Amino acid sequence: MKLFLKIWRQPNAAAVGAFEDYVLDNISPDASFLEMLDQLNEQLITQGKEGVAFDHDCREGICGMCSLTINGIAHGPRRATTTCQLHMRHFRDGETVTIEPFRARPFPVLRDLVVDRSAFDKIIQSGGFISVRTGSAPEANQTLVAKPDADRAMDAAECIGCGACVAACKNASAMLFVSAKIVHLNTLPQGAPEKNRRLLNMVKTMDEAGFGNCSNYGECEAVCPKGIPLDFIGQLNREWAVAKMKDIVSGVE
Amino acid sequence: MRLDAQIPSGPLADKWDNHRFSVKLVNPANRRKYHVIVVGSGLAGGAAAATLAEQGYNVSCFCYQDSPRRAHSIAAQGGVNAAKNYPNDGDSIRRLFYDTIKGGDFRAREANVYRLAQVSVNIIDQCVAQGVPFAREYSGYLDNRSFGGAQVSRTFYARGQTGQQLLLGAYSSLSRQIGLGTVKMYNRHEMLDVVIVDGHAKGIITRHLVTGAIEAWSADAVILATGGYGNVFYLSTNAQGCNVTAAYRSFKRGAGFANPCYTQIHPTCIPQHGEDQSKLTLMSESLRNDGRVWVPKKIEDCPLDPKMVPEEARDYFLERKYPSFGNLAPRDISSRAAKEACDSGRSIAPGGQGVYLDFADAIQRLGQKAIAERYGNLFEMYECITGENAYERPMKIYPAVHYTMGGLWVDYNLMSNVPGLFVLGEANFSDHGANRLGASALMQGLADGYFVLPATLPNYLAEVGANRPSLEVAPFKAAIEAVKERTARFLSIGGKRSARSFHVELGKIMWEKCGMARSKQSLEEALQEIPALREAFWKELCVPGTGESLNMELERAGRVADFLEFGELLCRDALAREESCGGHFRVEYQTDDGEALRNDEAFAHVAVWEHKGDAALPERHQEPLVYEAVKFSTRSYK
Repeated sequence: MKLFLKIWRQPNAAAVGAFEDYVLDNISPDASFLEMLDQLNEQLITQGKEGVAFDHDCREGICGMCSLTINGIAHGPRRATTTCQLHMRHFRDGETVTIEPFRARPFPVLRDLVVDRSAFDKIIQSGGFISVRTGSAPEANQTLVAKPDADRAMDAAECIGCGACVAACKNASAMLFVSAKIVHLNTLPQGAPEKNRRLLNMVKTMDEAGFGNCSNYGECEAVCPKGIPLDFIGQLNREWAVAKMKDIVSGVE
Repeated sequence: MRLDAQIPSGPLADKWDNHRFSVKLVNPANRRKYHVIVVGSGLAGGAAAATLAEQGYNVSCFCYQDSPRRAHSIAAQGGVNAAKNYPNDGDSIRRLFYDTIKGGDFRAREANVYRLAQVSVNIIDQCVAQGVPFAREYSGYLDNRSFGGAQVSRTFYARGQTGQQLLLGAYSSLSRQIGLGTVKMYNRHEMLDVVIVDGHAKGIITRHLVTGAIEAWSADAVILATGGYGNVFYLSTNAQGCNVTAAYRSFKRGAGFANPCYTQIHPTCIPQHGEDQSKLTLMSESLRNDGRVWVPKKIEDCPLDPKMVPEEARDYFLERKYPSFGNLAPRDISSRAAKEACDSGRSIAPGGQGVYLDFADAIQRLGQKAIAERYGNLFEMYECITGENAYERPMKIYPAVHYTMGGLWVDYNLMSNVPGLFVLGEANFSDHGANRLGASALMQGLADGYFVLPATLPNYLAEVGANRPSLEVAPFKAAIEAVKERTARFLSIGGKRSARSFHVELGKIMWEKCGMARSKQSLEEALQEIPALREAFWKELCVPGTGESLNMELERAGRVADFLEFGELLCRDALAREESCGGHFRVEYQTDDGEALRNDEAFAHVAVWEHKGDAALPERHQEPLVYEAVKFSTRSYK
């Protein structure tokens, strides 16, 4: 296969970036999208030019490190697929492919296609956990969890924290990400004691980081590589209303 | 080199308890005076950093990824073992201990493994409390499944993403401590050296991967939880960034490297598709619970559509050779059996590397829905990569490098021979012997991080007292200069070849000459070829750009440079171990029916390598393995 690539290049966070054009030939349809970029970088390096910087690690769709907006879509054209699991057989020979970083104000570009997603870590640090000290856990089967609850928590816990939801949203909303963690932990009995506190703290941090609100377009759900559904945001909103009322009436610690 | 394993006295079952009583403690008010560096944020590192911070120590945690949640523990699929015996099928701490020792082909330390089995039950309690959504029955109780190398169901799982869920559990505990300010987290920092002051590990040198800043950090102790070295083979199931640099740099500073030749080749991975491939993808071993492995009996049937090969013309070789364990034979045995089938010309994939993993029987027995519930995400992943539907057509699989049992030598306290340098998880050598059983990596990482290190580290800290050195002392200055010099050297070679091209070439040497089958001849060839390749690397490497910015090619060059030295150490260890055991198979040492032939008289020891300078060969030391509770036996899964 031969591809015409338009790739965002930006030397550092402060610099102004621009698209550059590249032509790449002899691409195997069985190669992954990132292997195609590896091939481009090999070509550039042997010419003494700097390769295109992009984030990636596990290359099996689970670590959440890869990103990229491909032809305007976060993680590219395949549903429920991370960029690293996208294969070249889904592109046409001779196609022009545009590759950009995930764009959102809370995710500043560090270089080329690499962005800083530490705002997600800050949200988790403010409440995305169950406060249990190592060693203080009761015997595992003392806490029974109904199978439907365990399954729903697992559906939500599949979120890989890649940030595609934010990149796809015109408001750069992180509500799908936050709702996934809330549904995961607030559905489980272990997470119940601090559920209001968790929720209010995470939403506050989300707002402070500059993420926007949800206006129910559902772009996030459409690009999510793990199929996190939009109705989790509904649960987030409902639980937020309850928590906020409790906070107003009696205060949430 | 002094190798005292510090194994506590007393009966096996009491050692850990006795030891915990005999160690020194640091009182809660004094803990805040100590600073601890943790390198790596996977199961072992993340769990250790969180737990030490909960206890009151000041912790700095470093990872090369953009977030601690990305560590490669996340990719583990199948499950985590624990001797809970919930299914009431005969499991016990002693059985988990015995299975692990036997699975490791009698090359692991008894006391460490027994402790691992003891602690395993606490891990499940801890993870459930954190909110890890393990699979459950309708009653609400935890579900279990069976895994390779065991005849009991002791594996806890969260769909096919157990590693992800356990890591996110550790990450949530770590995040809580970061939020509380007790852990300082340094993302996108790569450790490039360890600093030894007066014989003790007292700090590290890192490079900030975005700004390029090379910095020194001092502490009262350094904990390495930096994973395994499978990427020395280039193609492996490891993440792209996984590397041996932290461990290898520590080796060069005096830490012993134990059993580097013990590498695990996982039987169920997706076969390689072509030359541009950057990694191999694992299909969880749990699939072998319901999938049947086969190749056609006749070579001429191999190119046929698998549906056209009738039942009687198929060779279910694992069931045939190992009737009592069948498709759940341990990894090393299953991998070698697949290689044997392919070497006999009966590969079902191009390139002679592929066997079928067939779910047709299970789908007929249980229905597609039940199979999808158990393995849905794995079937999706398979389709994504290969474009084939495994509900309709058997998966094609082939072994690939997956895990490394070798690692830095540690004593019972998880401390290396360098005082103050502790090593956890896959980065150490201690618990899996020559072969690791499925679902035991997660168990070991979490055992080390949550329960073992937090109990043993205080003993060292109490002995040395809180007195971390200033960054102005000579060893820090020298180490930082050495790292800067090395970085500048990569940038100034000015050749024409990328670091990746050397890595690919090294990987081919390692896989062909030191892979699933090794011989004196192949290893001696590798020991000629690797130094030559290394020489070419230092002459022909090209790293464009500068050191003062995000430069992924520079990062890669540093990692490949260390692999080019470490690969040689691995081959040297494989050459010196004149026996076959676990994942280490020397063709000269096999039984008449092709099974591994151990030599307990000469090789029931840990081989520990000491660096003797760049100009000299490393020296091989031995830590004898003494078995009190188990007797050597030939592993049989027949």
